[in-house]
Amino acid sequence: MPRDDLTPRVPQAPAPPAARLADVSVRRGGRAILDGVSTRLTARGVTALIGPNGAGKTTFLKVLNGLIAPDRGAALWGEDGAAPKAVAQAMLLQQPVLLRRTAAANLVFAARRAGIPKSARADLIAYWLERASLTGRADAPARRLSGGEQRRLALVRALMLRPQALLLDEPGAGLDPSALRKLEALIAEAAEAGVKVIFSSHDLGQVRRLADELLFLNAGRLDAAGPAGALLDDPPAETLRRFLKGELL
Amino acid sequence: MAFQEAFAEAGRLLATGDEKLYEIVGLSLQVSLSAVAVAAVVGLPLAALLAVARFPGRGAVIAVLNALLGLPPVVVGLVVYLMLSRAGPLGELGLLFTPGAMVVAQSILVTPIVAAIAHRTLEDFFAEYAEELACFRMSRREVAATLLYEARLSLATALAAGFGRAVAEVGAVMIVGGNIDGVTRVMTTAIALETSKGDLPLALGLGVVLLGIALSVNALAFGLRALAARHAGEEGPGGRRAPAGARGQGA
Repeated sequence: MPRDDLTPRVPQAPAPPAARLADVSVRRGGRAILDGVSTRLTARGVTALIGPNGAGKTTFLKVLNGLIAPDRGAALWGEDGAAPKAVAQAMLLQQPVLLRRTAAANLVFAARRAGIPKSARADLIAYWLERASLTGRADAPARRLSGGEQRRLALVRALMLRPQALLLDEPGAGLDPSALRKLEALIAEAAEAGVKVIFSSHDLGQVRRLADELLFLNAGRLDAAGPAGALLDDPPAETLRRFLKGELL
Repeated sequence: MAFQEAFAEAGRLLATGDEKLYEIVGLSLQVSLSAVAVAAVVGLPLAALLAVARFPGRGAVIAVLNALLGLPPVVVGLVVYLMLSRAGPLGELGLLFTPGAMVVAQSILVTPIVAAIAHRTLEDFFAEYAEELACFRMSRREVAATLLYEARLSLATALAAGFGRAVAEVGAVMIVGGNIDGVTRVMTTAIALETSKGDLPLALGLGVVLLGIALSVNALAFGLRALAARHAGEEGPGGRRAPAGARGQGA
């Protein structure tokens, strides 16, 4: 068999830099949304972020992405502590905003941002549409797609930026089981291709399926962090144990 | 002259394609469309800049822009007249009493309208897009350009409002154009003149055309907005899109 057949279609990304938060605090309206959070994430694999509503998960992701500058502390990427915006990363917001264009045109937009030459765009867009199971919907206005289709389109649009790290804010929220399975397959493939994935979720099943590493945020503080399986099976913190049992924190 | 007779005569003028009537209508369209084009080139980028940029004095600029919505045409006409009159600072251009002067006056009148309305639209678009575009690491200029493109159909309303104001105004074009037959006579100045002369059929015929143009431009803008809403999925069954207030609630 010729060697070429073994080459994966998704190019192996260079090793992503490990991210860390150093004593990060974010205050809004006199309330601490993140309160002195320090942690170091693994450089590879999938990190899940869990915790009750208002625990600071979205803010955690936005600080890592550089959308929010913390009031104290910093998000640092790699050994030399690069700023978030210096790192090739993409983010899927909780409510992704699709452009008022066709599904395919949304990907053209990303291809242009990623500096992909015009001659290579059509093939690449067809490839990603197919990966997102959207080939037949290429010419549909993006905002007329179903919830699951919109989320997949936003995800492949983010992946077209060829990120080293991919941040996702509750990527599965509100999706039916089949839409969820398609979305998770895309996320898992990105992780296998070497992209560092960090996502927040309220779906513990999804966390078990995808995550290697787990962070538990509660009221702006990091109450537990470690390998996902171990943490879920034997929660080291009382708050995490109660959270997993579905008790009010 | 009886009202009905005037209407009948107006209908005859329109139906037979009275040359004078079409000349006047043509000049009106030419002047007002040129003014709207100037307003678009100046006003739309200004509106986008005000929507995405944050700088000291921004609030004051927006307040002034909105105040200029109420600019009285005769005052604009008078100021442009003084600027373009032979003794004025721009007298050398020899523009006074030409269609060029009318375009200048109407552009001044219409640019704040286009800019102010477009700014309100783009402000809403920015609130919706800012975070997403920040994820794509876009500069302010790129964000402004993207918003102008995304809002393209909605911005038709701003241009239509500007055109409506330009084509219907009489004070400014009368002063700087002079209502010269065959040179600077447009629909509004002709209606004013013919009415005072008592030639009601021509005045009424022009009035009907003016009304028709104003209505169809606004109908067109309305249609484009409806198309924009459809494209955005905003009137989809069950309202698929989350209301703007639901955005960014999670911490």
